[in-house]
Amino acid sequence: MGKPTIEQIAESLKQKFGDSIIAQEQLYDFPCFIIKKEALLSIVRFLYDDETFQFRYLTTACGLHYPDAEQPFGMMYQLHSLVHNIRLRFKAFTTANDLQYDSLIPIFSGANWMEREAFDFYGFTFKGHPNLIRILNVEDMDYFPMRKEYPVEDATRTDKDDTMFGRKDAGFKKLI
Amino acid sequence: MSEIKNSDIKVVGAPAGYEGPGFFATQLDKVVGMARKNSLWPLPFATSCCGIEFMSTMSSTYDLGRFGAERLSFSPRQADLLMVMGTIAKKMGPVLRHVYEQMAEPRWVLSMGACASSGGIFDSYPVLQGIDKIMPVDVYIPGCPPRPEQVLDGILRIQELVQNESLRRRSSPEYKALLASYGIE
Repeated sequence: MGKPTIEQIAESLKQKFGDSIIAQEQLYDFPCFIIKKEALLSIVRFLYDDETFQFRYLTTACGLHYPDAEQPFGMMYQLHSLVHNIRLRFKAFTTANDLQYDSLIPIFSGANWMEREAFDFYGFTFKGHPNLIRILNVEDMDYFPMRKEYPVEDATRTDKDDTMFGRKDAGFKKLI
Repeated sequence: MSEIKNSDIKVVGAPAGYEGPGFFATQLDKVVGMARKNSLWPLPFATSCCGIEFMSTMSSTYDLGRFGAERLSFSPRQADLLMVMGTIAKKMGPVLRHVYEQMAEPRWVLSMGACASSGGIFDSYPVLQGIDKIMPVDVYIPGCPPRPEQVLDGILRIQELVQNESLRRRSSPEYKALLASYGIE
């Protein structure tokens, strides 16, 4: 049982999940799959359980926001097969009306804090998460700061002169 | 006494007053001010690179101990001077305020560096835009980070405030109003 190639993994995924695998791309040395978010949990479960692939380590997960895209929001997951030293990236996009994903905690306990972070910064919710509260930002924050519609600058800043720094009614977009 | 007079060591002189055989009379304010000024116990609240500069200020080359601030207090209850050095995240704000509230009066606050004073380069959502948003500050030291000489200068200015502070200031209505404006007590 040698090291599986990316083609073998892709073939196996397409055979099993068909339409749920929307696209595949290669970002430098990183194979990346764009998938339907409904299939996320079963895909990850399949790769985890499969005796050949053994993707049993969740490296990281985070939120995505491309405000001009058709599906502006997304979650990104990176899986690692420690046995074969193969890494995979999955992206599952969605629209602003449907920000709920399946929680990966049943498979990876480590997903707990990653999902809390994605909730904290982007407002994604995770079905089955036991403790979905903010993790890094102050508890009483009332918005999701990594979403592009919010300015990066702090509203309570007082020492910057508007004429010098151009902060007067400067929305985020005007600054870039 | 004569040994001290013949050496290079400088000692703090007595405040102005009336001296005679066996007695010395001066104002209580001045004696207390002198004693407080030369025995400040700082509480270093160091969260980033300014803290590194402070370590340098405390060590032999710059030696803050020369000014009587040798003894760092890591308990706020025993400290006279809160030195805030570094970026204070909004989540750290309540912690810092708690430390300040635990300090006994009279207490002074020194804000070291751009981040503690105004948020510095971190004009962004997670960072407190200056500790004076949550507590009164006596002296600000500019710089990113300030050099140890600037820290010494800041301490000397704190000493000036300490020396000249009226004994009644902390119970004055102005001071109470200042604390009330921050929602303290």
